[in-house]
Amino acid sequence: MTRLKSPAALERARKRILSQRDPHKPCVTVCSGTGCHSYGCDKVSAAFVNELSRNGLQGKVDVRRTGCHGFCERGPVIVIVPEEICYLRVKPEDVPEIVSTTLVGKRLVDRLLYEDSNGEKIAHEGDIPFYKRQMRIVLASNRLLDPKSIDDYIALGGYSALAKALFKMSPEQVLEEVKRANLRGRGGGGFPAGVKWETTRNAPGATKYVIVNADEGDPGAFMDRSLLEGNPHSILEGLIIGAYAIGSHEGYVYVRQEYPLAVENLSVALIQARECGLLGKDILGSGFDFDVIIHRGAGAFISGESSALMTAIEGVVGEPRPKYIHTAVSGIRGQPSNLNNVETWANVPLIINRGSDWFTSIGTAGSKGTKIFALVGKVNNTGLVEVPMGMTLREIIYDIGGGIRQGKKFKAVQTGGPSGGCIPESLLDLPVDFDELTKVGSMMGSGGMIVMDEDNCMVDIARYFTNFLSDESCGKCVSCRVGIGQMIKILDRICQGKGKQGDIELLEELCEVVRDVSLCALGKTAPNPVLSTIRHFRDEYEAHIEQKRCPAGVCKALISYYIQPDKCQGCLICLRNCPVEAIAGDKGLVHIVDQNKCTKCGTCLEVCPPRFAAVTRLSGEPVPAAPPLGTKVVRPKGKQ
Amino acid sequence: MEIKRGKRSRPNPISTPASDNPGSPASQVYHTQETNRQVVQELDRTQEIVDKYGSDKTALIQILLEIQRENRWLPRNALLYVSEKLDVPLSQVYRIATFYTAFSLTPRGRHGVCVCMGTACHVRGSPRLLDLVINALKIRPGETSPDRKVTLSTVNCLGCCALGPVLQVDSEYHGNPSAEEIKKIVSACD
Amino acid sequence: MKKVRLNIDGKEVESQEEMTILEAARSAGINIPTLCYHEKMAPHGGCGLCTVEISRGGRSRPVLSCIYNVEDGLVVKTQTPRVVKHRKMLMELMLASSPVLADLARQYGVEKPRFEDKVTQCVLCGRCVRYCAEVKKANAITFVGRGINRRVAFVDEAVSKGVCLDCRECFGLCPTGKIPRETDSVCFDGLTIQDVLFGAEDKQH
Repeated sequence: MTRLKSPAALERARKRILSQRDPHKPCVTVCSGTGCHSYGCDKVSAAFVNELSRNGLQGKVDVRRTGCHGFCERGPVIVIVPEEICYLRVKPEDVPEIVSTTLVGKRLVDRLLYEDSNGEKIAHEGDIPFYKRQMRIVLASNRLLDPKSIDDYIALGGYSALAKALFKMSPEQVLEEVKRANLRGRGGGGFPAGVKWETTRNAPGATKYVIVNADEGDPGAFMDRSLLEGNPHSILEGLIIGAYAIGSHEGYVYVRQEYPLAVENLSVALIQARECGLLGKDILGSGFDFDVIIHRGAGAFISGESSALMTAIEGVVGEPRPKYIHTAVSGIRGQPSNLNNVETWANVPLIINRGSDWFTSIGTAGSKGTKIFALVGKVNNTGLVEVPMGMTLREIIYDIGGGIRQGKKFKAVQTGGPSGGCIPESLLDLPVDFDELTKVGSMMGSGGMIVMDEDNCMVDIARYFTNFLSDESCGKCVSCRVGIGQMIKILDRICQGKGKQGDIELLEELCEVVRDVSLCALGKTAPNPVLSTIRHFRDEYEAHIEQKRCPAGVCKALISYYIQPDKCQGCLICLRNCPVEAIAGDKGLVHIVDQNKCTKCGTCLEVCPPRFAAVTRLSGEPVPAAPPLGTKVVRPKGKQ
Repeated sequence: MEIKRGKRSRPNPISTPASDNPGSPASQVYHTQETNRQVVQELDRTQEIVDKYGSDKTALIQILLEIQRENRWLPRNALLYVSEKLDVPLSQVYRIATFYTAFSLTPRGRHGVCVCMGTACHVRGSPRLLDLVINALKIRPGETSPDRKVTLSTVNCLGCCALGPVLQVDSEYHGNPSAEEIKKIVSACD
Repeated sequence: MKKVRLNIDGKEVESQEEMTILEAARSAGINIPTLCYHEKMAPHGGCGLCTVEISRGGRSRPVLSCIYNVEDGLVVKTQTPRVVKHRKMLMELMLASSPVLADLARQYGVEKPRFEDKVTQCVLCGRCVRYCAEVKKANAITFVGRGINRRVAFVDEAVSKGVCLDCRECFGLCPTGKIPRETDSVCFDGLTIQDVLFGAEDKQH
């Protein structure tokens, strides 16, 4: 691709690329995000290439490895365009049939289609309920383009927003447009991006920096990863537009080191953009210079905190600084620095191209546009979903997510990662909105949405997050380091059956000091998981402390596995599967769990045939005495 | 997550007598804790890595990441070299090397076994998976097996939540493996 | 330099624009407790004892006075019930790991902590580290580790070159006296980076 020296050159390039592509030519798009990668999508796309070649179709059908389609539960996902036929859970062995039946024979392979709860098959991606209820605008291009191809991005209209901003708008006009759109930060803070941009622009200092925060430390969140891997140019375009509005010529992308594919695809994108004159000196002949450096993280959640991130970029250990002076005024090396999340930047080209009026038509009064969520946990349709702000949690979890797995009962949904809180069923009709979620003790956060059911213990969840934060605290503040350290000790005790009267109150007291005195957002929001679970699930805490009982049957010290002698049929299945050989018995003899050896792994309960259902999990009550070894089983009446 | 494996440290056939003073510049030998083998660290690659960044102080973390990837740990001599070449206090280098989980000051195993402890995997039972893996490997997270075959670690969110709970061995992912499957996977590592 | 007027505990205080609330308070004779603060070094904000409540027409919020810059019209309260309660809790948390601070803790109303902790006799105030880096520019003592595993340790090379023995100025800065006590004033074994990272953890305190 030659260097593009003007918007007209970009347009010509776009037309040239499109003219070389037949929109009716069939193409097999294979989802190649990390999720599908773990399912073996590499082998699937290789199988397609081979099979098409074997059938002499290699020039007639394209195979394109695209970004994440979002339907992670059913990967590997392939979509045949232009018909939009969607096949799910495709294995390499299925490929010859797909080629002969669908590509050649123009018929569908039914068993690979999506099947709804009525048994109806759905062929087109857009009709599948998971996708139908979403509003995929930021993620729209993920499934259409090869992230390593700038041609694909340009063909879809890429960089036209940049051209418009550089040549048809002044920096002030770009800034105004983003302010009018009320784009709020998608990384968790929800701070108006336009206001931050303006502060940076107006702060004294000739050198200004713009930064993409791709640290995505919240466990269970992979929105930013999918965007970076799947459509790196969209983020780059947004970043350059922002740099233009702010007056910055140097940018950083801080990517966590656990995302090697994101770093790879982004690196390729930067090289391609520079070759085309879309990055570097005199972008598109506008006279505006801007370039980007990738900085890799080294395994610390705190690095996602903006001041810690900037400190790490300076090569100093990444500890947060107090936010009394905003990093927009004094950031990297004391210079004004504007940091935004990956998803925030990805929204910018859309706002510039389609206008703030369009953007504000989506969402609620206080929260405009869409939000991408990583819908995970005990939900049927795990994956990446993009919905307009204002959709209710119930709609997301049930209409898009398909409800709770294995028919279990919903218990809570956790949003906002370790800074957020748990929302119970009574609040499921809450709209997804920055302020609404904060009101109930949670927060929007970066987009992790973890669904929990009756088998999850809320005290264990609070303990999980507090443990995470204790590991990740940088350790500077007594309130955070020691405060959270003592909170986890109390929660550990409670989960081990050693909870005392007054523990809940002591936890609340610690939460206050941690929240009020800690220097940074990690400490300040650390109490949220504990406080929100105490608020909505106090009864579980009380059961653990007062009755030494774990209602969900999770906390190992509070549960016991017991084989009911009158139901056991002596089939040897649990005995053989016990990883620590804690079950005694023989064929036809009642199996007995040795409570001293048992590690509470739950394997016996899992493997006991449902028609016997002899294994039970007890909590808060003494384990009945085991029958003597060698007791014969009782066969059900009518069977010998 | 380490996909590439670093170059293995080669024992020096002409063994250099160990220096008792670890700070001595003449010392090119580092004693490991577990074995008394003398491991001679070649500094060539370290020099290349530092030169690639033009001895830029602000690239300290990036440089250390590459040295870690190359060697599967941060040898002491590499830290001394980096401190000198970048003109950064050794205290600063150690502070960074001990702050971030990507770095290890003792050699890591040839294979990385990693259990995802992200929230989605937790909710689907990763603590139990971790117990099974600890049982199979006989080491705890953060530890390396005595034969240096395997290092066990945990990570927060690999992004394969639909597979969860996830076990990662080198660059392969396994969703909710049973105790039997774990044994098979581990013994398949050389 | 511009002058700024603020109100601390009901008293009108005039101070320089560049001052922190703590500096302004001290210049007006108002005492705010500190532990990790030291005039010779940049403020650290680690101990939290200097927390005060500020407000500007309406809601008040807690901030660290050693770091927060004065603002015109700021209203500061250094002894609100919330702040006093937090200081007591902070001392309680510190006392758990450093029983040697018993006398100081008593001044805040703490007799026996409700918490148990590994006894390190170190509250990680960082005075030693910061003094060595900022004032002596020797960088001979540093933090290693993260979170509850954070420790203070001498750089082996500096110790072996005699840098620390010749200096020992951090000894007097240590609020728990750990450094002079555990080095016997001359022997740094057990407190160097190699010892702290690779040595046994059961040291005498």
